[in-house]
Amino acid sequence: MSHFIDRRLNSKNKSTVNRQRFMRRYKKQIKHAVSDAVTQRSIQDVSSGESISIPQKDLSEPFFHQGNGGKRGKVHPGNDSFVTGDKIKRPPPQGGAGSGEGEASDQGEGNDDFVFQISKDEYLDLLFEDLALPNLEQKQLDKLIEYKTYRAGFTSDGVPANINIVRSLQNSLLRRTALGAGKKRRINELEQQINELRQVKKPNLILIAELEQEVETLKNRVRHLPFIDTFDLKFNNFVQRPVPSSQAVMFCLMDVSGSMDQATKEMAKRFYVLLYLFLTRSYQHIEVVFIRHHTQAKEVDEQEFFYSQETGGTIVSSALKLMHEIVQERYPENQWNIYAAQASDGDNWADDSPTCRKILEDKLLPWLRYYAYIEITNRPHQSLWREYEKLTETHPEFAMQHIRSVNDIFPVFRELFKKQAA
Amino acid sequence: MKKTKHLPHGPDWDFDLLALYDKEIQRVANIYRLNTYPNQIEVITAEQMMDAYSSVGMPIGYRHWSFGKKFIQTEQTYKRGQMGLAYEIVINSDPCIAYLMEENTLPMQALVIAHACYGHNSFFKNNYLFKTWTDASSIIDYLLFAKQYIEQCEEKYGIDEVEDILDSCHALMNYGVDRYKRPQKISLSEEKRRQQERTDYMQSQVNALWRTIPIKPEKTNPAAARFPNEPQENILYFIEKHAPLLQPWQREIVRIVRKISQYFYPQKQTQVMNEGWATFWHYTLMQHLYDEGKLSDKFMLEVIHNHTNVTLQPPYNANYYSGINPYALGFAMFTDIRRICEHPTDEDKEWFPDIAGSNWLDTLHFAMQNFKDESFIGQYLSPKLIRDFKLFGVIDDDSKNYINVEAIHDEAGYQKIRQQLAEQYNLSNIEPNIQVYSVDLNGDRSLKLRYVPHQKIPLGESTQEVLKHLHRLWGFDVSLEQEQDDGKIHILAKVPPNIAVSDDLI
Repeated sequence: MSHFIDRRLNSKNKSTVNRQRFMRRYKKQIKHAVSDAVTQRSIQDVSSGESISIPQKDLSEPFFHQGNGGKRGKVHPGNDSFVTGDKIKRPPPQGGAGSGEGEASDQGEGNDDFVFQISKDEYLDLLFEDLALPNLEQKQLDKLIEYKTYRAGFTSDGVPANINIVRSLQNSLLRRTALGAGKKRRINELEQQINELRQVKKPNLILIAELEQEVETLKNRVRHLPFIDTFDLKFNNFVQRPVPSSQAVMFCLMDVSGSMDQATKEMAKRFYVLLYLFLTRSYQHIEVVFIRHHTQAKEVDEQEFFYSQETGGTIVSSALKLMHEIVQERYPENQWNIYAAQASDGDNWADDSPTCRKILEDKLLPWLRYYAYIEITNRPHQSLWREYEKLTETHPEFAMQHIRSVNDIFPVFRELFKKQAA
Repeated sequence: MKKTKHLPHGPDWDFDLLALYDKEIQRVANIYRLNTYPNQIEVITAEQMMDAYSSVGMPIGYRHWSFGKKFIQTEQTYKRGQMGLAYEIVINSDPCIAYLMEENTLPMQALVIAHACYGHNSFFKNNYLFKTWTDASSIIDYLLFAKQYIEQCEEKYGIDEVEDILDSCHALMNYGVDRYKRPQKISLSEEKRRQQERTDYMQSQVNALWRTIPIKPEKTNPAAARFPNEPQENILYFIEKHAPLLQPWQREIVRIVRKISQYFYPQKQTQVMNEGWATFWHYTLMQHLYDEGKLSDKFMLEVIHNHTNVTLQPPYNANYYSGINPYALGFAMFTDIRRICEHPTDEDKEWFPDIAGSNWLDTLHFAMQNFKDESFIGQYLSPKLIRDFKLFGVIDDDSKNYINVEAIHDEAGYQKIRQQLAEQYNLSNIEPNIQVYSVDLNGDRSLKLRYVPHQKIPLGESTQEVLKHLHRLWGFDVSLEQEQDDGKIHILAKVPPNIAVSDDLI
């Protein structure tokens, strides 16, 4: 009567659609959680998913239910000490054997947030959703070209270092066999003939001598076949193929002088994260160099870059000079795609700004894929902005944007890269 | 002594072994007159079990984000190891579908087959609530119809539109239940045909109700012509029939949610009985097989071990105490009824004169068929069980600053505890009593609900949210009022809320 069915091989993701519906409905909250997460992780940490936390109250499904209060009876098991008429102190509302548990448990898990995991791809998609990535594709063609050597079979000429020994000796054996086989066969025939002639009672010695002479000549010829000939030689063949360089270096430059507060730095951080994430979609290997500066520039690690306190004036050119030195020293421009993002509140020594422009124009921009400058400030622009503005007209790889609040970052990022594509 | 050969004892199972055990269990179940639907036993993986969990036991569910939320919750708690998955899920359908987890050992599978495929199954088929309120043969067809219909609506009207309606219906799901009328039985094709008819008819009715052309000036006292004539407890049904602005497809969705709610209603009312019955029978059937010598000791020990875990009742002061375990209480009660029949004490004869000493199997079947939790406990909870469980009743009255112990497991307390525990399972005491009270037909078409509190228990805090959902369905102002002890009417909530101000001014 019973009927058994093995469902184990049925598709298992029956709930996928419902999960997507859930993500769709709470997109706003999830995106909020994602953008929070951005500030909390290292900008190079893009390989993991993210744990998303949504306030429980946003998710609740309301229904009519009884609240606390009123008069309730409840039966409990395991009486160990009570007799009728005992008066018990009311336990604190949260715990255990009080009143109205049935209802309390219905109301959900209290104030805990609803936490769940999203995958790396979901994370990135949410993060990049507004950025209209298709616009960026043109940018990818612009990558640095490197040549890489590939094996491409065998050729008959080349340099001795590329000689393929196995192939060459195979040819040698082949040639020697081909040239010697006829002669060896003839030698065998002649020797057999000599033997037969000797069997006769009265051997024809003259004929034998002639034949022996011939055998000797042939053997000599076989001996003189060269063991190896230039004709035998085979060389490994290599060709050069162009490949887009898969390595990039990203310079993060930031002003850490007294005028930059932590909130401004956080904003800058998001921008760097976005740039980094964007680069990971195009390059396999990415290095990040952090340069911070006040009156002097210094290369630092990420932690120090974002979170150490400095005070002092601002000389932007110091950072650009340092960047130039690092490029010269470690990142030859024919091997690395160089990107740079500079964040500042726009403060600079007025005298220094023209210097900055000059360094950029002469020493850096020719070798850079892209240079983005963002100014995070609510005040009017100063000399640095005006100097940089001159650059934008002549250099398409230079872009600058003004950010006032966190909300501006996504649009600005999109703006920066759109401009490049156009 | 003649020794019977043991059945293979696992722990690994295969389909042949499952069929073998099923055959044996079925043979024994027949001895005990367990009358069941045919079984359809499906073996699934843990992940599929999570899918089944999140669709609240519906084998075919329509799409909704709340099921996704449940799935994510289940997945999270399962991955962290906070929760094991159930060994089985069983669907009240004909044939009765039972899901077994592939990870179970052979003894577990046998236990689960006995529990779900013969215990729950016979309960579904024979309990009066299930017989009256659910139709096992058509539920799968209906769920399929619902899924397809909602999918079509999503295509036609957009996911958001459909989701809005479903959200609102889910908020009122507990109020989509008829308690006094019997639903009709129909098949899938019939359902489709009638759905079309219904659509046309209902729309015409609604139009008639709200017709702006004056019918006849025979208007009498407006208070006398109250609509609806009597308060309606099935709010979703009222919405489906009378909400003025709903589109036909929206009405159909309201109906689908209502139907599904109705289908699950008996399960809510029979938790203790249903689990108790299934637990009693897996225990009794496996014990019977063991007594016949079919099961090895090793096999039986694993069965007993799991049985004991399931029927554990922690005391009130344990950390992991979370109310009375329905498996423990139900199993103990059915076992106790059998004891009263077979070995009645003087006390039993006094308390249960009609069943003490009677045929236990007849009595048990009668009890299973004709009760729900509330009445079952009221009828059969014996003093011995109250002593065994050491039950005690407390009253928590918010007008006093202490909790009073009303009764304990002694001569004076048995009656009280029995009554109190029975009330604890009375759904109408747990779910707030809210009914559609009136509609202002001639005025602003506002809808009025009325809450009658039980024991002065107020409504919980999501009331306003639910009213917003009701407002979406109704399309005009909605308010909820409460009738107080002194007969005065007090308005609890209104949507849109600004009306409350103007109302007070008047």
